Amino acid sequence: MNLNLKKESLRKVNETLQSIDRKSNKKIFKISNPDGNHAICAGLKDEIEVTIDGHTGYYCAGMNMNANIIVNGNVGTGVAENMMSGTVHVKGNASQSAGATAHGGTLIIDGDTSSRCGISMKGIDIIVKGSVGHMSAFMAQSGNLVICGDAGDALGDSIYEANIFIKGKVKSLGADCEEKKMNKKDQNILRSLLKKASINESEIKNFKMYGSARKLYNFNIDNVSEY
Amino acid sequence: MCGIVGIYLKNKKYNSQLGKFLTGMMNSMATRGPDSAGFAIYSSEKKKKYKYSVCSNTDQVKEISKKLSKQVKDIKVKSISDHLIIETAIKPKKFIEILKNHDELSLVGYGSCIEIFKQVGNPKDVVKNFSLEKFSGSHAIGHTRMATESAITTDGSHPYSTGEDECLVHNGSLSNHNNLRRSLQKKGIEIKSMNDTEVAAGYISNGLSDKKSLKETLLDGLKDLDGFYTFISGTKNGMAIVRDEIACKPAVVAETKDYVAIASEFQAMAHLPNVNSAKIFEPEPGKVYSWGK
Repeated sequence: MNLNLKKESLRKVNETLQSIDRKSNKKIFKISNPDGNHAICAGLKDEIEVTIDGHTGYYCAGMNMNANIIVNGNVGTGVAENMMSGTVHVKGNASQSAGATAHGGTLIIDGDTSSRCGISMKGIDIIVKGSVGHMSAFMAQSGNLVICGDAGDALGDSIYEANIFIKGKVKSLGADCEEKKMNKKDQNILRSLLKKASINESEIKNFKMYGSARKLYNFNIDNVSEY
Repeated sequence: MCGIVGIYLKNKKYNSQLGKFLTGMMNSMATRGPDSAGFAIYSSEKKKKYKYSVCSNTDQVKEISKKLSKQVKDIKVKSISDHLIIETAIKPKKFIEILKNHDELSLVGYGSCIEIFKQVGNPKDVVKNFSLEKFSGSHAIGHTRMATESAITTDGSHPYSTGEDECLVHNGSLSNHNNLRRSLQKKGIEIKSMNDTEVAAGYISNGLSDKKSLKETLLDGLKDLDGFYTFISGTKNGMAIVRDEIACKPAVVAETKDYVAIASEFQAMAHLPNVNSAKIFEPEPGKVYSWGK
């Protein structure tokens, strides 16, 4: 089914996609002329496939559950923010805060993302084939961020228990983020993520892993004089 | 919030459509800044002539225009909405003094090729009032304002111009503008309002008058201007964009062989020709990008 945002209002298009008749066989949708509009495909909850042809604005595929959303273009701030499950695949670049606070599902970005990719992520898997901007995985709590390119300043600042896998250079690490040794289990996680994004598994050896040094978890008595 | 837009035409065949392009960009950014709007248009330079963009504080624009034409010799006055564009060979120093005798007029900007218009109201109405669609030129910069740092007045609207053929639009806020205003005023830079952006415009004018390039000045600004910002700055020769190191304030650039467009959000550029095949990127924090002759 084709949905043309030049002819139909954004609210109408989102309503159509949010109220799918589960008995119907209509599972594949196409959105044309997104023209940078905000909140396209926000709040979908059914197992449908939506392809967006063009560039989108803020919060594309926000709060997604179950749906498989493909964007043939760039996305604005907060793509797949607060996603619960499903897949979002961006064929272009993403702006700031990609996958912010998302609890689950998979976000694949073929290009680069700007700053704060995976900020406060809570269980999502994010795979970026390009590079990420500064403060990525800031306060990331759970889930995995895979970066095939480089990372900007302060990667993983104040990170909790999320994993960062990166192939390229890290400009600088944020507070309490350190390199970790990758064990078999970590390698298996990375392998399955690379597979999801159709990246050659042999690349695993080129990745490094970063995580929390856990030094901010508890109060350090040496700092008592600060108070 | 605020919306900022800019367009620089590389291909002259689009010059006659500059106003039309900017209208679409401003209209789509109206949601980011519904309080007031303004724009600067750069068109071809007239040798030894200056254009003064002046805002009238009364409703009698036509009468003022006639009166002024009688009082001052060798001037050509064109009125658009509450603005006057005065064309004359009289040099800025002298003409600004003449304008100071007219309380009902306030200078918005001047130069050999710049024209600036700004007004309180929804951007969609403002661009209609000034018939922006009909303008042609080589490059243009626009702003839609959601007021934070100073009152909703024409004086508080962007673009700000504190030097010949210069202008600045800003998305963000500065926190050290009071100190900077004082130090720039001591150096003789005229800053009229209590607005933070006008101080940044004055800062750039000061840098340029010290014979620094626009790029150098904006790089210096990263150290001296404290706050959040994405700036688009225009000069006779082109335009530049810079974002502070934190880069909270958005910006997208679309570049084709025919033009470079900048906007707070991509949707402001969706109507431009062949934008879907443009090179689209977000300016990196703390880096100056410029385009021009």
